[in-house]
Amino acid sequence: MVYAAAVFLPFLGFLIAGGLMRFIGDRGAQLVTCGGLVLAAVAGVTAFVEVGLGGQRVTIELFTWIDSGSFELSWALRYDALSAVMVATVTVISALIHIYSVGYMAHDPSIPRFMSYLSLFTFFMLMLVTADNLVQLYFGWEGVGLCSYLLIGFWYDRPSANAAAIKAFIVNRIGDFGFALGIFGVFLLFGTVELDAIFSSVADQKDATIHFLGYEFHALTLLCLLLFMGAMGKSAQVPLHTWLPDAMEGPTPVSALIHAATMVTAGVFMVVRLSPLFEYAPIALAVVAVVGASTAIFAATVGCVQNDIKRVIAYSTCSQLGYMFFAAGVGAYAAAIFHLVTHAFFKALLFLGSGSVIHAMSDEQDMRKMGGIWRMVPVTYAVMWVGSLALAGVPFFAGYYSKDTILEAAFAAGSGTGAFAFWIGAGAALLTAFYSWRLLIMTFHGEPRADERVMAHVHESPKVMTLPLIALAAGAVFSGLLFYDLLVGEGWKEFWRESIFTLPTTTVLEDLHHVPGWVKLLPVAMAALGIALAYLMYALRPGLAGVLAGRFRAVYLFLLNKWYFDELYDFLFVRPAHVIGRGLWKSGDGALIDGVGPDGVAAATIELARRASRLQTGYLYHYAFAMLIGVVFLVSWYLFGLVR
Amino acid sequence: MTDWPILSLVTFLPLVGAFFILVIRGPEEVVARNARSVALWTSLITFILSLGLWVNFDTTTADYQFVEKLEWLPAFNISYHMGVDGISVFFVILSTFLTPLCVVASWEAIQVRVKEYMISFLVLETMMVGMFGALDFVPFYMFFEGVLIPMFLIIGVWGGKNRVYAAFKFFLYTLLGSVLMLLAILVLYFQGGTTDIPTLTGMELPRSLQLWLWLAFFASFAVKVPMWPVHTWLPDAHVEAPTAGSVILAAVLLKMGAYGFLRFSVPMLPLGTDFFTPLIYALSVIAVIYTSLVALAQEDMKKLIAYSSVAHMGYVTIGIFTITVQGMQGALFQMLSHGVVSAALFLIVGVVYDRLHSREIARYEGLVHRMPLYAFVFMVFTLASVGLPGTSGFIGEFLVLVGAFLVDTWVAALAATGMILGAAYMLWLYRRVIFGKLTRADLLAIKDLSLREVVVFAPLVAAVFWMGIYPSSFLGVMEASVTGLIDNYQASLEAAKGLAVAVR
Repeated sequence: MVYAAAVFLPFLGFLIAGGLMRFIGDRGAQLVTCGGLVLAAVAGVTAFVEVGLGGQRVTIELFTWIDSGSFELSWALRYDALSAVMVATVTVISALIHIYSVGYMAHDPSIPRFMSYLSLFTFFMLMLVTADNLVQLYFGWEGVGLCSYLLIGFWYDRPSANAAAIKAFIVNRIGDFGFALGIFGVFLLFGTVELDAIFSSVADQKDATIHFLGYEFHALTLLCLLLFMGAMGKSAQVPLHTWLPDAMEGPTPVSALIHAATMVTAGVFMVVRLSPLFEYAPIALAVVAVVGASTAIFAATVGCVQNDIKRVIAYSTCSQLGYMFFAAGVGAYAAAIFHLVTHAFFKALLFLGSGSVIHAMSDEQDMRKMGGIWRMVPVTYAVMWVGSLALAGVPFFAGYYSKDTILEAAFAAGSGTGAFAFWIGAGAALLTAFYSWRLLIMTFHGEPRADERVMAHVHESPKVMTLPLIALAAGAVFSGLLFYDLLVGEGWKEFWRESIFTLPTTTVLEDLHHVPGWVKLLPVAMAALGIALAYLMYALRPGLAGVLAGRFRAVYLFLLNKWYFDELYDFLFVRPAHVIGRGLWKSGDGALIDGVGPDGVAAATIELARRASRLQTGYLYHYAFAMLIGVVFLVSWYLFGLVR
Repeated sequence: MTDWPILSLVTFLPLVGAFFILVIRGPEEVVARNARSVALWTSLITFILSLGLWVNFDTTTADYQFVEKLEWLPAFNISYHMGVDGISVFFVILSTFLTPLCVVASWEAIQVRVKEYMISFLVLETMMVGMFGALDFVPFYMFFEGVLIPMFLIIGVWGGKNRVYAAFKFFLYTLLGSVLMLLAILVLYFQGGTTDIPTLTGMELPRSLQLWLWLAFFASFAVKVPMWPVHTWLPDAHVEAPTAGSVILAAVLLKMGAYGFLRFSVPMLPLGTDFFTPLIYALSVIAVIYTSLVALAQEDMKKLIAYSSVAHMGYVTIGIFTITVQGMQGALFQMLSHGVVSAALFLIVGVVYDRLHSREIARYEGLVHRMPLYAFVFMVFTLASVGLPGTSGFIGEFLVLVGAFLVDTWVAALAATGMILGAAYMLWLYRRVIFGKLTRADLLAIKDLSLREVVVFAPLVAAVFWMGIYPSSFLGVMEASVTGLIDNYQASLEAAKGLAVAVR
């Protein structure tokens, strides 16, 4: 009952707030959705205690969904250690974001719509993490895609918001294309899409091959790569990352929800959930690690030059997701989920904190127009520090534990991809610390760069916003320390049990405790270096950044324009699709098919008829002449016939 | 209850209603009012009666049910033979479900010749139901062609500016195909000495004859589906047809072709089917990609949805010819889903067309400001059209692709690109019409859905979610017939192979 409540209370909140918005009003909608989420969070934590700590496993079958031949599956809620961790994280973070939204969106004209979308978003994510089969996973998967579409485009008057919303949906669909093919392939190989049935027979299929697009592939490698394509779309990994930074068009609580609890973590979750498949596909795992590491460094470089406060944090999410993926890629699935949890706290904190800044600055998001406000918004300032410390991996904050674990795991993996990921990850750690302090300094310190009217208006946010911030800050400080032993410590196997599968040969999670001392110290040193660099460039010598940008203009522009991915895609796909569509319509349908087909036949008929009708002139002598010719012809034919 | 000739009742009750409307006399206004109510009540009663087919349906057997057989022309072995199985029963219900909605949707939109309009719709309903229920080629062909007449009139009389061109194009395209089908039916008659469909289905035909017959049937059904490249009548017909005409055209008439494939091509001509399957795959994949791209470039709402119909029907033809349980059930489900979703989408266009008399996309903007309810309904069907899980569109599309993947991964992968393109053109349409700022003066006064319109959309919304969340109530009914069909198909292929080996 509690398990079902955790999932369906948000849905109930959505139905009531969305369906009855005209009757219950703004306040009613806020109460219903926040109440639903808080209760769901209680249920989620209960489930975590019972399932995660208590060690029981529950699956609640609701009813049959699809039953077509051997393709059969049900709506079901599956609670094992992995689901329980996710449900607890999602519901707790989402509940805090709901409460925060009450304050943040107080002046918006469509509060019930916003609150109901938030709840629906949470519901889909919960359906995703409790899925018992791949198709329900896909249901939640597409559902969160839909909600991100609705919420990114929440302010539908803005063309940029609409464009970003469509982009998010379609880029996600491109990933889902791979995911769907992966599901079909799983069905072809295993004859089922139920997770348990797949996992129990995966060892038998480890050498199977599959015929795909004319080639013979190692089945599990191919399937994992296809499924990972979905994860790349959802978790914004290069090259399907372009939608995430644009998702900033939505209201800030949405960004927090997308980046912390729901949506982007789905890809990481999926790879971990399917660890029994990935473990038998080493090549696919290597791809996961390389893609993750590449995204980690790519997004960090871009994050260093962005000026929009939310965009900096958005790229940081991209980069942190990269860490989670290469953790999974080297076989440290538990470390990936551990980072997912700590990241959820401090990323939600950073986003909501920046929302509080934006709120204070009269909806200004450009950091070049901020500065010098730290005394006026003390709570926000303090929590942003906490968030940045956690993000940069400064010792004893949450990010320190999880990020170090990941880097140690990459090193301990001992493989080529592991080493690649380790060094890239260490470099990205430096950049992470750099852009975090760049953000802090530009936003809060130095001379005020906003105009007087804005500055006069700067104020701390109301309690309904700061209290969730403080709660999240507590999470960003303590979640690492609290969960380290449980999730990735010596006893990790007892906690995760069968929900994470590793081959006996995959021992990174043990090995990482025995890496050389310098490996443990390197990330911290990198973070310190990054902070120092940011302090030098933005606090001590504020002109330096400008000089560097001028000196290395090409590099700067390349980074500022996000490596020109958007322009490239626009040129390669978006424009051609429109041009081809138009061409096919006008020349294919119009000129060719209709021209030769119906219209052509009709025109030919008309032409023939016109010529035939020309014979009917109406002049008597024409007809008489024709008759004469006819008589001559007949007579001669007859005569010749007689002669013969 | 089950002793009643329920299928014939459902078939001919609308004709009775049409007759009553025909005899209504009096001032024009009174006639119009009475014609509307008679049409509504008749179609509602027909719908309720048709539900009896579903309730009393025996899901354990693949045989025809509710069978009625009367001697008609015994000298020629032609009879009036009706019955439904798991393949056809839902199309009967789809037809009877949509007709009352069409009547309500036309309540105010049609103001001239109301009497004749309602008669056309009721006659159309009889023809559609009869077509799906007929088990003898002669009544089948009569109903199949008879459908064209009221539809031709609906487009030609109550259509838009270019209606005559569209009506003729529609008529010629479909008639040309039908003539070849008539030839094929005659050949079958001379081979089997009967026109009884179940009897002919069991008959074994030589391979070369099967190939020719298959092509003749294909000519007719491909136009109806419509498959690429004989689809160009569809956008024109839709654009010119009145709203309710588009609804029936998209929802039911397009299904006649696919139904023909399922009822005749596959079971009667298994060798032909086996031989021509690659052709169907190729044309369907082209249809999915080509028409999706074309839809992206459209400027007229109805045309866009018409092209999307072609793409969606591409999935149907793929599914049927995979000859797998998933593919065929998916195809059937996709047909039902498309019947509901495309009907709703055309009604949605009709709502704004009734208000502003324009279907041009650029004419609209920011409707969500004035029409939130409309925006919601539009969103639901947009999502169903792009196949979001939880809506009806997902089940059909997904099952078809599952079936396709089992048979040919190329087909599955190429057809799956339609998922991406479909999302692109539908969301792009939605964005241009619904979102954005509202600045035009005449749009500022536009009214949200009226109660009558809500009544039309509510059952469609309910159907979309029901089919998406609990599709078993449909899949279960189809299952026995589909597996029976596949078993017979495989058996006759095997037999033919055995024969070929023996000859060698």
